[in-house]
Amino acid sequence: MSRAGVARGGGFFLLLLALPFFGLAHWVVNLLVFVLMFAIMASAWNLVGGFAGYPSLGHAAFFGIGAYSMALMFHGAALSSGYEPFVALPLIGLVGAVIGWPIAIISMRTRADVFAIVTITFLFMIQTLAFNVRSLTGGSQGLSLPVAPFPAASYERPFYLVLVAMLAVAMLLTFGAMRSKIGLSLVAVRADEDKARGIGVRVSGVKVLAFSVSVGLTAMVGGVWAYYETFIYPQFAVDPLITIAVVLMTFLGGRATLWGPVLGAVILEAGQQTLAYRLGGSQFYLIAYALVFLVIMLLLPRGILPTLEERIRLRRRARVANAPDTPGAARTADAGRVALAPGGRS
Amino acid sequence: MSALLGVDAVTKVFGGVRAVDGCSLEVAEGSVTALVGPNGSGKTTLFNIITGYLGADGGRVTFAGRDVTGRDPGRLYRDGLSRTFQQARVFPQLSVLENLVVAAGYGWTRLFTPRVGRADRERADELLDEFRLAPVADLLAAELSYGQRKLLEFAAVLMSSPRLVLLDEPTAGVNPVMIETMERHIRSRNAAGITFLIVEHDMTFVMRLCDPVIVLDAGRQIFSGRPDEVQNNPLVLDAYLGG
Ligand SMILES: Nc1ncnc2c1ncn2[C@@H]1O[C@H](COP(=O)(O)OP(=O)(O)OP(=O)(O)O)[C@@H](O)[C@H]1O
Ligand SMILES: [Mg+2]
Repeated sequence: MSRAGVARGGGFFLLLLALPFFGLAHWVVNLLVFVLMFAIMASAWNLVGGFAGYPSLGHAAFFGIGAYSMALMFHGAALSSGYEPFVALPLIGLVGAVIGWPIAIISMRTRADVFAIVTITFLFMIQTLAFNVRSLTGGSQGLSLPVAPFPAASYERPFYLVLVAMLAVAMLLTFGAMRSKIGLSLVAVRADEDKARGIGVRVSGVKVLAFSVSVGLTAMVGGVWAYYETFIYPQFAVDPLITIAVVLMTFLGGRATLWGPVLGAVILEAGQQTLAYRLGGSQFYLIAYALVFLVIMLLLPRGILPTLEERIRLRRRARVANAPDTPGAARTADAGRVALAPGGRS
Repeated sequence: MSALLGVDAVTKVFGGVRAVDGCSLEVAEGSVTALVGPNGSGKTTLFNIITGYLGADGGRVTFAGRDVTGRDPGRLYRDGLSRTFQQARVFPQLSVLENLVVAAGYGWTRLFTPRVGRADRERADELLDEFRLAPVADLLAAELSYGQRKLLEFAAVLMSSPRLVLLDEPTAGVNPVMIETMERHIRSRNAAGITFLIVEHDMTFVMRLCDPVIVLDAGRQIFSGRPDEVQNNPLVLDAYLGG
């Protein structure tokens, strides 16, 4: 990892860890909790939708699977410390990954466009199950979880800190993928899958791996969410809007980059929650989403970070090319090798 | 010399078109064999079948003495059968160096090793030097000229130490200097033991480089022999002129 990268990552997480101790208002910490949830989910989605170029529309199903797993595990249980559900999170991640594995094997035989349809079909299937398998999910009555016995003054803090840790995991996994042959293989898959397969790249393997890790993380976020809400209903636990939000965030910040999904989540979720808080909720944010999507499509088809990076790269190259005594511009391209590869095929 | 590659009565039908029609041919180990024929005679389709990109409707393909009909292209590649495409296919979002590394045919366990490790770097550096791509090693492949991309695609499939390389029109759309470079690389690699099967329309290139020459027409072999015999063969003349 470059020194600047370590500094950036370290600084970011120190700031995140310090934030709740500044005596922020409850609504602000609540907002941050949701920003973190979406930052984790967008980072997770990015592994599949960004790097591999397979735009999953089914991730909300795994959010729901995580939420219901958590609810089923702790429904009616008595908590002593309140940390028990957090300890169960790795198990919930595993449940998500294991369910995701066959889904990936089936749906990723197809091409990106068919994949989007297959995954959204899976989402509606899970939603139907959540509504109708009443013996398990309670149907539209929902399912309750025990309320965490945390002090009221800092109730959100444990949730917040657990989410910070999960974001660190998601970003480290992303970083690890980018710096290993997994990321190299995923970019090859996105660029030209047939060619990649033809030169011996483990195409199916990396796709299924990326998908399983991605939906496992998403399920974990669902688990934290269920515990945070203490009551879950099928229309919110398995909500296509979650998928849409996560996709938008990743597109806005920049697909196949480390920081893009996080940036997108901060902008969109903080914006939406602030609007909701100030304007008193309503469906206003849906219009905002539509607007943001239009803006992205028109102005930044590749997202904020890749666009910025491209500008910087071109400027640096122009500067070197103009400077005397530099033999050729080829050397200046090191910026291009930072694995923040430009946009995908979708 | 024994046959490294055998094609036996291979057929491929697209709708009503018999693109490859009971085609049989052999490529001898150590040779630089040319595969020529008029446009649409089925050369690329045959390449796709040999390399596993397309399933055949009939017939058999053997490689190194084993039946490999319908085998997965990635597995064939790792077993030593490489190819390039008529329209060069490289990964534009990867750097030139990474395009080489990704083509090394690494196994599962290597997935968890660095993107470009020291061993990868050393291996790729040899090819980068040989193909004079070292100065552009860190550029994205998207930034290369078309000729350089063809060269890169060729260099990349050598990363896996293949036994047989199939080149589909290596000189098409490439400037004369680059054509000479390509020729030199084929020769030196052939001297190092790699067998080539080359589809090419540039007949002077074929005459200089290839022996034997196989002529395909309407999906089947109509001639196989020394390059100097090709031009006077009545069947071949008929295929090109009568087409
Ligand atoms: N995927 C396909 N679907 C339908 N027809 C096809 C397909 N691929 C090839 N063909 C047809 O099969 C025949 C052989 O095509 P092929 O590309 O193999 O010829 P070729 O010898 O490589 O020609 P060229 O010299 O122009 O590259 C042509 O008539 C072509 O139109
Ligand atoms: Mg062709």
